[in-house]
Amino acid sequence: MKYLCLIYDEEKKLGAMSKSESDAFMGEYYAFTDGIRKSGHYVAGEALQPIHTATTVRIRNGKMSTTDGPFAETKEQLGGFYLINARDLNDAIQVASKIPSARLGSVEVRPIMVFNQQ
Amino acid sequence: MGEDEAAGAGVRETVDAVYRTDSRRVLATLIRLLGDFELAEEALHDAFTAAVERWPRDGVPANPRAWLVSTGRFKAIDGMRRRARFDASLVELARRLDADTGDPAAWDEESVADDRLRLIFTCCHPALPPDAQIALTLREVCGLTTEEIARAFLTGPSTVAQRIVRAKAKIRDAGIPYQVPARADLPDRLDSVLHVVYLVFNEGYSASSGVSLTRHDLSGEAIRLGRLLSELLPEPEVVGLLALMLLHEARGAGRTSPTGELILLGDQDRSLWRRDLIGEGAALVERALSSRRFGPYTLQAAIAAVHAEAADAAATDWAQIVGLYDVLARADPSPVVELNRAAAVAMRDGPLAGLTLIDAILARGDLADYYPAHSARADLCRRLGRRAEARASYERALGLTRLEPERRFLERRLGELPD
Repeated sequence: MKYLCLIYDEEKKLGAMSKSESDAFMGEYYAFTDGIRKSGHYVAGEALQPIHTATTVRIRNGKMSTTDGPFAETKEQLGGFYLINARDLNDAIQVASKIPSARLGSVEVRPIMVFNQQ
Repeated sequence: MGEDEAAGAGVRETVDAVYRTDSRRVLATLIRLLGDFELAEEALHDAFTAAVERWPRDGVPANPRAWLVSTGRFKAIDGMRRRARFDASLVELARRLDADTGDPAAWDEESVADDRLRLIFTCCHPALPPDAQIALTLREVCGLTTEEIARAFLTGPSTVAQRIVRAKAKIRDAGIPYQVPARADLPDRLDSVLHVVYLVFNEGYSASSGVSLTRHDLSGEAIRLGRLLSELLPEPEVVGLLALMLLHEARGAGRTSPTGELILLGDQDRSLWRRDLIGEGAALVERALSSRRFGPYTLQAAIAAVHAEAADAAATDWAQIVGLYDVLARADPSPVVELNRAAAVAMRDGPLAGLTLIDAILARGDLADYYPAHSARADLCRRLGRRAEARASYERALGLTRLEPERRFLERRLGELPD
């Protein structure tokens, strides 16, 4: 099964890290990504620019509205994701628990929906 | 009644008996073989229907459980093939199920025992909401009906049914596996299982002083679950939890007066306590403690055992109880554990020592809305002759509890305070 691991961090906390702390944190991410490539879990993964770069788009009554900022203001912000292949939810939870941000923020694990196309 | 009819009635009784003892085991195995809760429940139902028809004619099979698993599996695959006329995707599923599960070796004793554990761990998976874990465990593992669960938790059958349907949908859609967790995950996952069992027990235990007998049955159900678990997976904390429940249950009859009034531990008639349960619980505590891998449940059970083995409150080994609370406070720190420790300290060193500890907890802002904290404080103030403070704390406690026997107890204490 495919699962999306959505990574939520407090941007403020990450921003307050010293250069050496932030280098160490990134180092953990590189090592983690390497690990799940080797184990065969990795499908894709990206980090996102901070929320001040976000734009939310809606179309209402045929008219487009564009607003600054993320869809919802929250304490932790979506900061990146991994798309993984896992045997089942227990396997996916194991992978998610090793994402470095699981210790600082949180990781939401969502199964990917499969559509039966006739 | 003719001879055939009499034989038929006898077989019917056998089917009923097999249903009571084995239906949950058969279900657990069918879920593994068929990979789906709904399909397995339907298959279980079909298998017992077939038993009612065929056993009177063909005789009761030598191994009824294996017969039921085999028949249920066959009926499920057969039904799938018939429905495949409308849904082509079922053809492949039926073929794969038939090929993968046809070997009767997969139904042997050992895998069947594992199936029951698989079912418990799946129903108590922490990815399911706590309400759903409880409802699903009572429904699938204990075999209670939706109506029985609803009555026990004072809620509507449709609410319970919805919780169960949603939980099954999540198990299917999120890919929650039907398996006993790996060794590395076991402590965490077992915590979740034990928590469900203890919640079920407490739901029944705390309500047993009330009017409803059906709620009291919940503690019996939890003890049965505890016995099953300690048979399948005798980890120290599993044994510790079973001991804790037995020791609490042993005091059940002493906790309320014939008119339903609440009686505190110190005032209970200990001749009403069940010595058989105390003996069994105390032996289990010893076993869990000797493993040296015990945790909070075993420690609480050890405390309950010290109480249970004392002739009265004065003869209780309070120093040992305080010592056990010290260990518990390190293993599983919480304000409630601190409060209980304070009450034990009050018994060992006098009311003032206990009061100082309780006031320190309350001053931190913890337990402000927890009625036993105020009730315990009131009691210590009363014993110290601080009437105004005792009154204020009893009134505070009264404002925080909704259970009728507790309210009456507090009102009685308030009434007994001298002006």
